[in-house]
Amino acid sequence: MSFLAVRDLVSGYDRSTVLGGVDLALDRGATLGLLGRNGAGKSTLIMTLMGLVPPTSGSVQLDGVELAGRRPDVIARAGVALVPQGRRVWATLTVAEHLALASRRRGTWTVDSVLDLLPRLGERRGQYAAQLSGGEQQMLAVARALLTNPRLVLLDEPSDGLAPALVDQIGAVIATMCAEGVAVLLVEQDLHLAFEVAQEIAVMEKGAIVHRVPTAEFRLDPGTAHRLLGVT
Amino acid sequence: MTAVRAPTAPGGVPAPVTRVARGRAGIVAVAVLVVLAAAPLFLAPFATTTLTRILVFALFAVSLDLLVGVTGLPSLGHAGYFGAGAYAAGWVSINVTAEAPVPLLAGLAVGAVAAAATGWVTVRSQGVFFLMLTLAIGETLQQVADSWESVTGGANGLTGVPAVRLAGAPLANIGFLYWYVLVFGVVGFAAVALVARSPFGAALRGIRDNEPRMRALGYSTSLYKYAVFVVAGGVAGLAGSLLVAQQRLVSPADLGFTTASFALLAVIIGGAGSLWGACLGAALVIVIRDALDLGGNGTLVLGIVFVLVVYLLPRGVAGLLPRGGRVSAPRRRRASAPPWRKGST
Repeated sequence: MSFLAVRDLVSGYDRSTVLGGVDLALDRGATLGLLGRNGAGKSTLIMTLMGLVPPTSGSVQLDGVELAGRRPDVIARAGVALVPQGRRVWATLTVAEHLALASRRRGTWTVDSVLDLLPRLGERRGQYAAQLSGGEQQMLAVARALLTNPRLVLLDEPSDGLAPALVDQIGAVIATMCAEGVAVLLVEQDLHLAFEVAQEIAVMEKGAIVHRVPTAEFRLDPGTAHRLLGVT
Repeated sequence: MTAVRAPTAPGGVPAPVTRVARGRAGIVAVAVLVVLAAAPLFLAPFATTTLTRILVFALFAVSLDLLVGVTGLPSLGHAGYFGAGAYAAGWVSINVTAEAPVPLLAGLAVGAVAAAATGWVTVRSQGVFFLMLTLAIGETLQQVADSWESVTGGANGLTGVPAVRLAGAPLANIGFLYWYVLVFGVVGFAAVALVARSPFGAALRGIRDNEPRMRALGYSTSLYKYAVFVVAGGVAGLAGSLLVAQQRLVSPADLGFTTASFALLAVIIGGAGSLWGACLGAALVIVIRDALDLGGNGTLVLGIVFVLVVYLLPRGVAGLLPRGGRVSAPRRRRASAPPWRKGST
């Protein structure tokens, strides 16, 4: 059985169904790049896995433990971390406060080790998150997730609006997480980053995963990429 | 791709370094305390009494600010816990002992217990529902005070409260009473400031700014909100016990909507999230309401001040100065979003 096993997950907002039965499996230490056009349901899938959008039906099991329908704090304590789209850092808290708030679960990742990985944050730890650049805020969102010592990390477009050098740094962090045995689900518009870090690529369309292949195979099939994503 | 190292070293992160700012704030705080401590030596009795009322109301406003400014829970029923503490302290003073710190502890405990009994329902609601629930609870407590005549004295209030005693001696002198209120008011303020600046306080600010994100980080936010609701209720109860020490009378009006709204007014005028701002706001409210001879138009003037503050100083009086003592948003954000308004999710 896979570490993360999602079966027939249905979810949406109010009376609008966005996910129409998603099936997904992910092993420890694996990174899956999740691609799709706008409105395909990628972010809704992430929010549903995190418990921020309640599922209508279906199952989400992490290491055999059922998480579907549980509260976000319960899911987080089970080892799931979210790096949300748009960073969503707390503007009124300092970097140090962010790191302290996130460091509640003991494990491999500590404040020192995270600052070793993202030294820029160490220089900014006395500053409010609102005073950081977009790239620094993204690093802070990643650091916040790492400090929960997660077993599964959900990243929702972490490269959005970042300079190429920072995208590379995000990629390096994801690779480090994988090496530590963390499973990563990466929602991305930036194909370069997804191709760089993901072992497999899945494509969502109309609330379901319609295509999933190893990354190398996906790169060798531009026709499918064009058909599903509209890219050349 | 950039090479990175796997995590190795354990440890924590040092607190942000703002020693100069803290040093300045400390000097100002000491200077203010010295002036306040010396005030009865050069003020007329009426002015000393007014200052005593300001200190009491300031502690009450600070306890409300812990909810409104720090946690983002705008309450309209906080006077219920203030009044409950006042009744408890008054009743204990009449029927048990007026020896300090018994009335203080009674006020604090009853304020906290009343908040604990009603808070679990309220903190699970949000926005206007929280506002209306707290309003309903405040009104209910006022009705209880109004109708439970054998204990509260009913509509006449609890009268005949003896002067608080310290080491057996009654504090009948206005100046001694002022110092008594000042000492315990400062203790209450310091306790709230410690809570606001602690890791617990940082979590409260995280809840205020983006509660779903705090939950996604593993925080059971309802528990945090409940805990701060009880703490704020306890501090309001402590302020209530100081109120009864000063006026030696409690009436149902002390638990009512008007008292609660004046406190909210003080918090917003002072700058929600700034504890010392709440004290300034409380001073303004008490001076306009009680001390100035405005021909019965004090409330009208307060309303005008409130409208002016909302339009001209959206971050309150505290927004006029740099960060000192503020536990809310940095300057860039504050300009458009006062902390008592919820952030995006």
